[in-house]
Amino acid sequence: MNNRIAHIASNTFREAVRDRVLYNLIAFAVLLSAAAIFVGQISIEIEKLVVINLGLTAVSLFGIVIAIFIGIGLVSKEIEKRTLYTVLSRPVRRWEFIIGKFFGLTGTLVVNTFFMAIGVFGALLYVSHKFVRADALIFVALYFIILEFIIICSLSLLFSSFSTPLLSAVFAFSLFVIGSFAEDLRGFAAMTHGFTRWLATGAAYLIPNFSALNIVSSIAHAQPVPSQLILHNSLYALFYAAMALSGAVIIFEYRNLK
Amino acid sequence: MPAIEILGLEKIYQVGFWRKRPKVALRPLNLTVEDGEIFGFLGPNGAGKTTTLKLLMGLIFPTAGSARILGRDWTDAEVKAQIGFLPEQPYFYDHLTAHELLNYYAQLSGVPAKERSHRVESTLQKVALPDVKGVQLRKFSKGMLQRIGIAQAILHDPKLVFFDEPMSGLDPMGRREVRDLMEQLKQEGKTVFFSTHILSDAEALCDRVAIIHKGELRGVGAIEDLTSTVKGKVELTWQGAQVPSAIKALGAECHLSGDTIRAIIDESKQEAAIDALRRERTRLISLTPLRTSLETYFLEKLRHAETTAGRSS
Repeated sequence: MNNRIAHIASNTFREAVRDRVLYNLIAFAVLLSAAAIFVGQISIEIEKLVVINLGLTAVSLFGIVIAIFIGIGLVSKEIEKRTLYTVLSRPVRRWEFIIGKFFGLTGTLVVNTFFMAIGVFGALLYVSHKFVRADALIFVALYFIILEFIIICSLSLLFSSFSTPLLSAVFAFSLFVIGSFAEDLRGFAAMTHGFTRWLATGAAYLIPNFSALNIVSSIAHAQPVPSQLILHNSLYALFYAAMALSGAVIIFEYRNLK
Repeated sequence: MPAIEILGLEKIYQVGFWRKRPKVALRPLNLTVEDGEIFGFLGPNGAGKTTTLKLLMGLIFPTAGSARILGRDWTDAEVKAQIGFLPEQPYFYDHLTAHELLNYYAQLSGVPAKERSHRVESTLQKVALPDVKGVQLRKFSKGMLQRIGIAQAILHDPKLVFFDEPMSGLDPMGRREVRDLMEQLKQEGKTVFFSTHILSDAEALCDRVAIIHKGELRGVGAIEDLTSTVKGKVELTWQGAQVPSAIKALGAECHLSGDTIRAIIDESKQEAAIDALRRERTRLISLTPLRTSLETYFLEKLRHAETTAGRSS
């Protein structure tokens, strides 16, 4: 990786890990995983299912909140506070700044996911007393959650490159919610005709398909994940993130800083 | 080779929500700053000083024009490794300590890893902030932040330094230290371009200055050359006990001290005053032209600009 990108990424990571809000969110996610134990105890025979479902959903949701919360301020806050002036007056290209920020935020989320996953596995060990081979599938679900984070980080950066933090948060969170129903939207598009079909199909393919990345339920039921799905989802997430980041770079390249 | 060549740089913003209208922030600016000089960029608030600096740093894009910095195209990112920039009222990552911040900037400026630590320490010494290890910037005072701002601008040993209002937020001692630092940079062969509205700083430091007002360059040159273009005042001293009425009629500002009278009058009334003293048969001791200050020149230029604008509207 380009050295300057690595330095910007590492500074972004440092900034994120020194933010107290981050720890509150992680603590809350770990607490929720622990709470899954108690919910599991009142769900006879399906404790494990409840723990995996609730635990992984908490990892995903809190990760998304962290990604949006930090991501939306990454560029706009630097412009607002004018910290960007002393960075861009050095031999740093604007695209390097955006890419560095992206890697820094993604790195933060990967580390967070690691700690939150420890909470999930801890809760699982508590209810099952041992790990079985099928539990390894949780790693696939965690990998898909990280792919979700990669997409949402790139979208947050895209919105942050031209909008205020508040609007960016609204846009990013709305896309996450709509994207979670992307398969339904595609189904709806298939049922319609004419202009509506074009419109619905266009929208269905434009929004990020988070529903394809959510395999928490099937993992909880120990259903195997086809390797083709892993490959497709990986390529999809990387392509989508690359497109969103390209948009962010293009907007930022031509933006006059206040 | 000039350090900076500004070639018709212009910035017009489109303001308004529904009906956009142009707002001129900088009229076509042509300016050359020679290598190794301290150059003052003067103007009242909102004159276009910061806009010019932001254009040169590539933070905003010009409507027209271009520039060359250290002989290279200003858009060349690599030329920035040889320049330092202190923005007006700088803000920094307040979660970092001074050492972490300067180390980060050194990394971005391409300072070799083995030199970084030494460079950070020596720069902190240079800006009189040696004992700030482990303290996050959020706990720094305004003056300390200004020093950190100066430190980050000179950290990578640049050939050309841009300071936007470097004395802002500093106490008199701090201002003195910054002035000394600028002198030191000049002695090291560096070029310093700084914007200010504090004229005494410019007068004490600059080899040349440019005056900008309402986005337009109003004058540029060495301070002595500029001030000599403004008609000044003269001081007449003669022996006597009373100020002659003819001198009073010239609007002189007179001071009596023992048997000596000192009068300050406009240079244009100098001959009339001497004639009046001759008629009174008094003994003229001295006639001294009073040096026009940069402030007088500056205010004269601003007044002239206002008058011209008033007439044209």
